Amino acid sequence: MKLRRYLGLIVLCVLVCFTAAGAAGGAEVLRMATTTSTDNTGLLDYLAPLLLEQRGIEIQWVSVGTGKALEYGRNGDVDVVLVHDPEAEKKFVDEGSGVNRRQVMFNDFIIAGPASDPAKVKGLSVAEALKKIALSGAPFASRADKSGTHMAELRLWAAAGMPEPDREKWYIQTGQGMLDTLMIAGERKGYVFTDRGTFIKYQDARKDQADLVITVEGDASLKNQYSVMAVNPVKWSSIRYDLALKYIDWLVSPSTQQAIGDFELLGKQLFFPNAGK
Amino acid sequence: MDYLADGFFKGISLIFSMEEEVWTAVFTTLRLSALSMLVTLALGVPFGFLLGYCTFPGRKLLRVTVDTLLSIPTVVVGLFVYAFISNRGPLGQFGLLFTIPGMAIGQTILALPIVTALTASAVESMDSRLRFTLLTLGAGGKRLILSTLWETRHQILLAAVTAYGRITAEVGVSMMIGGNIKWHTRTITTAITLETGKGEFSTGIALGLLLLALSFILNWSLLFLRRRSEA
Repeated sequence: MKLRRYLGLIVLCVLVCFTAAGAAGGAEVLRMATTTSTDNTGLLDYLAPLLLEQRGIEIQWVSVGTGKALEYGRNGDVDVVLVHDPEAEKKFVDEGSGVNRRQVMFNDFIIAGPASDPAKVKGLSVAEALKKIALSGAPFASRADKSGTHMAELRLWAAAGMPEPDREKWYIQTGQGMLDTLMIAGERKGYVFTDRGTFIKYQDARKDQADLVITVEGDASLKNQYSVMAVNPVKWSSIRYDLALKYIDWLVSPSTQQAIGDFELLGKQLFFPNAGK
Repeated sequence: MDYLADGFFKGISLIFSMEEEVWTAVFTTLRLSALSMLVTLALGVPFGFLLGYCTFPGRKLLRVTVDTLLSIPTVVVGLFVYAFISNRGPLGQFGLLFTIPGMAIGQTILALPIVTALTASAVESMDSRLRFTLLTLGAGGKRLILSTLWETRHQILLAAVTAYGRITAEVGVSMMIGGNIKWHTRTITTAITLETGKGEFSTGIALGLLLLALSFILNWSLLFLRRRSEA
């Protein structure tokens, strides 16, 4: 009984030491909320060591949909946000939640669909393509999660003069991330609105079993702009505003912009820097 | 289907590869579950004991409430804790969001009802003759409590194992409170979610196997402890 009691005590001590070991604090840590597309493509993993080396800032990020990322900013839980929904960003700045908004880079959205192209939309403009998909009743998978991509998709339905689809049989609201939604579209042999980066990831993940191909691309309305903003320090005293500004400066500096342009996924350039423009 | 077999072999090589990223996630998971379990047991066993041993008005209602909390969804706990520890919340100034202690709060809320309910029912179902025997042998209050706890040790261990299972398998709290921050709050389960989101299905399966392997080692050592306590 005695030995056993000691054993328990030892186990307890080990556990406590173990737990306390990681409590050491870091130096200059900046917190960012960003979207899944910048994280899943590996861009942030590529940029983080450069930032640490050049400015001595360690960046920690959470990658969520744009809607949630802005909510983290609104609640003062992060210092900086990097997102891609211009309208929501403007609202974020106008309501006083964010300051010093700068555009960083862009890439583009595409509409992917089955190679057989049941709605015959290949090469059409976005507006015409969406109308034809709706009329043909071919399945269309949507994120439906208030992410930047979802909001862009909704704006395109409106621009095409279509009511926002909701209960239609052909409209599949997945409520999931981009890659999951691509998988669902592939399984259902349907169309899907996606950013190009995740689509390249999808093709790579599925290898020769990819069910989807690019059907509509290159339209001016398909531009996907990423911007960075600092969270307003007036609202939250705990915000590392100095670090946030340093980070924004660094992100739009010529050398970082060059680095973003050099970033490739599977041999393809994914993000096009446009901070100066 | 290929990724299942891929994942299996990848899992075995992951365990032996000592890749820093994987091991950071493993250690984060272990530290987080150790902290959560410590708090859960420290609170849950006394609560459960009181709930099963004492009689007081409203005990039945409390018992049903605890049982109801067994089925609370992890995401709801995540949202609930987030509301408190966000900068906007009442505990905002402690900076618990995106930290392991913050995640441990959520996991403790998840696991506490399990330990409480199982301890309570273990104490309830204990032979009431033990109490009388102890009393007639002249055992005092403290002695009585310790003996009762000692007699129910196997059920309490089972409660701990069940709670541990709930804690290591959950994603909702870890994702919402921890934020899946690389090198800091990325656990095995949030890493699985991330890898799946990136389309790396076989890596997801591999990490899942790694998590199971950890639980296997833990349960094996508990079995060993239990044998010793019976001997």
